[in-house]
Amino acid sequence: MATTDYALRPVPQVIAHEVKAEPTRARWTEWFTTTDHKKIGILYIVTTFAFFLIGGVEALLIRLQLGTPNNNLLTPEHYNELFTLHGTTMIFLFVVPMMAGFANYFLPLMIGARDMAFPRLNAYSYWLLLFGGIVFYSSVFWQPPEAGWFSYTPLSSEVFTPSGGQDAWIYLIHITGISSLVGAINFYATIVNMRAPGMGWGRLPLFVWAILIYALLLILALPVIAGAVTMLLTDRNFGTHFFDPTQGGSPILWQHLFWFFGHPEVYIMILPGFGIISEVLPVFARKPIFGYKAIAASTVVIAFLAALVWAHHMFAVPVPTVVLGFFMLSSFLIAVPTGVKIFNWIATLWRGTLDFKTPLYFAAGFISIFVIGGITGIFLAVFPVDWQLTDTYFVVAHFHYVLMGGAVFTIFCGLYYWYPKMTGRMLSEPLGKASFWLMFVGFNVTFLVQHAAGLSGMPRRVYQYPADAGLTAYNQISTVGSFILGFGILLSVINFIRSYRRGAIAGPDPWKANTLEWFTTSPPPVNNFDVVPRIRSVEPMKDIRRQVERQSGVEHGETAGQPVSFV
Amino acid sequence: MSRIRAALRPESSFRRRLVAALLLATIASLVFASGAFADFLTPESGGSPNANQIDSLYKIILYIAIVVFVVVEGALFYSLVKFRAKKGRVAAQIHGNTRLEITWTVGAALILVVLAAVTFAKLGSIQDPPNSGANGLQLAQGVLTASTTEPTPPNGKKLTICVTGRQYIWRYTYGASCKSNAFGLPYSYQEMVVPADTTVVLDIEATDVIHSWWIPKLGGKFDAVPGYRNFTWFKAPRAGELYRGQCAELCGRNHADMTARVRVVTPDEYQTWLADQRTAIGDANRQVVGLRRQLTSDGIL
Repeated sequence: MATTDYALRPVPQVIAHEVKAEPTRARWTEWFTTTDHKKIGILYIVTTFAFFLIGGVEALLIRLQLGTPNNNLLTPEHYNELFTLHGTTMIFLFVVPMMAGFANYFLPLMIGARDMAFPRLNAYSYWLLLFGGIVFYSSVFWQPPEAGWFSYTPLSSEVFTPSGGQDAWIYLIHITGISSLVGAINFYATIVNMRAPGMGWGRLPLFVWAILIYALLLILALPVIAGAVTMLLTDRNFGTHFFDPTQGGSPILWQHLFWFFGHPEVYIMILPGFGIISEVLPVFARKPIFGYKAIAASTVVIAFLAALVWAHHMFAVPVPTVVLGFFMLSSFLIAVPTGVKIFNWIATLWRGTLDFKTPLYFAAGFISIFVIGGITGIFLAVFPVDWQLTDTYFVVAHFHYVLMGGAVFTIFCGLYYWYPKMTGRMLSEPLGKASFWLMFVGFNVTFLVQHAAGLSGMPRRVYQYPADAGLTAYNQISTVGSFILGFGILLSVINFIRSYRRGAIAGPDPWKANTLEWFTTSPPPVNNFDVVPRIRSVEPMKDIRRQVERQSGVEHGETAGQPVSFV
Repeated sequence: MSRIRAALRPESSFRRRLVAALLLATIASLVFASGAFADFLTPESGGSPNANQIDSLYKIILYIAIVVFVVVEGALFYSLVKFRAKKGRVAAQIHGNTRLEITWTVGAALILVVLAAVTFAKLGSIQDPPNSGANGLQLAQGVLTASTTEPTPPNGKKLTICVTGRQYIWRYTYGASCKSNAFGLPYSYQEMVVPADTTVVLDIEATDVIHSWWIPKLGGKFDAVPGYRNFTWFKAPRAGELYRGQCAELCGRNHADMTARVRVVTPDEYQTWLADQRTAIGDANRQVVGLRRQLTSDGIL
């Protein structure tokens, strides 16, 4: 740390009793025994980011295989294993727990609490996640699962997929499921009970709103998938026939159970991202969030509707037309609150003074990408049109626009926004912006043409396509794009590692932000806060800055991104 | 980059005009592109009325989607360019606007009401098969079945083909009774042969894992689920066409190799082909019986 020069220290000045950690040397064993929500948050973020990189390498291998027609780089067996690992990793080991990592670190700080409600349960959540991932990935040394992340029966049954990899997949769902469930209960209890004085529901930061709903959706959806994979486990190993059509079971039952979890899971993955955007936009537009109540309410409405749309993943299975119609209309409905969010975000930028720092780049990139994912979602919701589009590359493109936009770009937005708080160092802006542009361009080059590939008849999950099918150009463009995207992500990784030691000292509040996590040192001390201020608005830090300015008579500029000093 | 920014800075009216021009160019290129790249932006069609109806429904959504896309992305892009931080500019401290919130909520809902109305209006032409044409195969009056989901043209005359998916090949059994008693009926693998201008109803099932029947130019996908029956139909207008497709639901390692073809012939050629196929299958069966007898007498079996 640089010397504590009070003239340079930005507001707030409430540092009279700043408590530092015990001056003992941090031992590495602390990382195993810790119950500090911040350390657990870091563990979550680092672990899940490592899984993200593994999943990314799997994606690049898939793209390499599809780079030329009739390619024999991968065997069909390995290709199926790779897309199963890729999907499962990105969903269960990256996006969902990464959001849990952000929530772990920032939820207590944002609501002015000293830790989570159940710190030891919190540590338990993390270790379950890690071991779930290890159990799953150890199958790589024997026979990885190959029935897809959705593991449709009867393909995933013992007859057609006898390998233990499928059972490893089931255990992954169980173990990470318990991890998320316990974590969700913890988040819920923390938000409900441990808010700072004065922080009513109408003053809860929007990220915390998103985590509240994320927790509720997890509590709703996870028991269903836990039950379903238990049934699959007993079908595979103990002679039951829940999903076996030859014994009176139903493969469609699996689909209903899986998607009753699977669709809320989509919102579990993107609602926290929406929350991050709702925090970042007002800070860099130097303007309050537009329509706080509308954004919070739309989060609740999305969560409610999320439980009513699952069968839109099943439009091609034999179901009555009236069911198809219902699920089309419910899927339409969910577009309304999502649209409301997007309009409010754009209105937040409107007439602001936009301070173009890297987090804002990622936030704006997210909106522009997510709009496309939302619009293609409407095509897929219209069930007669879905009959043409489902299970093609159009769907692959659609959900990558939704999830790369809604989750990956928002996660990068969050990482660039909160890195200074977590490490006390600023990230490099030029490197961050270069990374953004490569990711943004690479992403669109990869996935935009996949709409066309799907419309031209390319189904998903094929390891080869013929040279005369007119798909070669689309796939080559896509493969080139995926490597641009990968290179962009690599630049960010370099940025994260390099800035840890060499970044400018951030100080407590480098962005002149709005929420309470900036009302403490960076990184925060073990007890987070000595004094928790009384909350009088959605933007407590802005109130504190104003108060300090009034009392000290010193005006501080309203521009973000002013680190305390450079090393 | 900095030179572009410098060029943009001095004249705010110039900049505004440039943004407007860019937006206009985007709209124009998208509008013209939708015509020029019809194949690029729309699903396959042309082999059957239901595929054509899906294509036209898709295009209606596409036009609405292009407008929504241009408006939303335009508003985003405009705010990002227009409201950059500048010396002397102060951000408007607005917290919201209830009337605006209601407007865009209702506006979004209205678009979706229109889309739902259009979809339900078009649904009949996609789900319900028409009668066979005058040049089609002359069929006997169909038998009324108990199933309510099996599509039937208004006059009840249709050609039923049973489609059976299995790892990793499609089997087609020809004849109205293919579901109740497929014994003795002609069948073929991978390539389906159908008469032109005739309403063909497919009765789709699977024997092992889930597959999905899909010939892009003949309409949408219908999953073949073991233990369930699924139905679709098509009516190919011209003889001499060959439509290609493949299984669209992950069914195992060789999922990519589970291809399907539909060859459209004249009704006369169809009758001839059916008779030939029947003879060929009969011959092959007799050969197998002979071989089995031979092997049994040799003591091998």
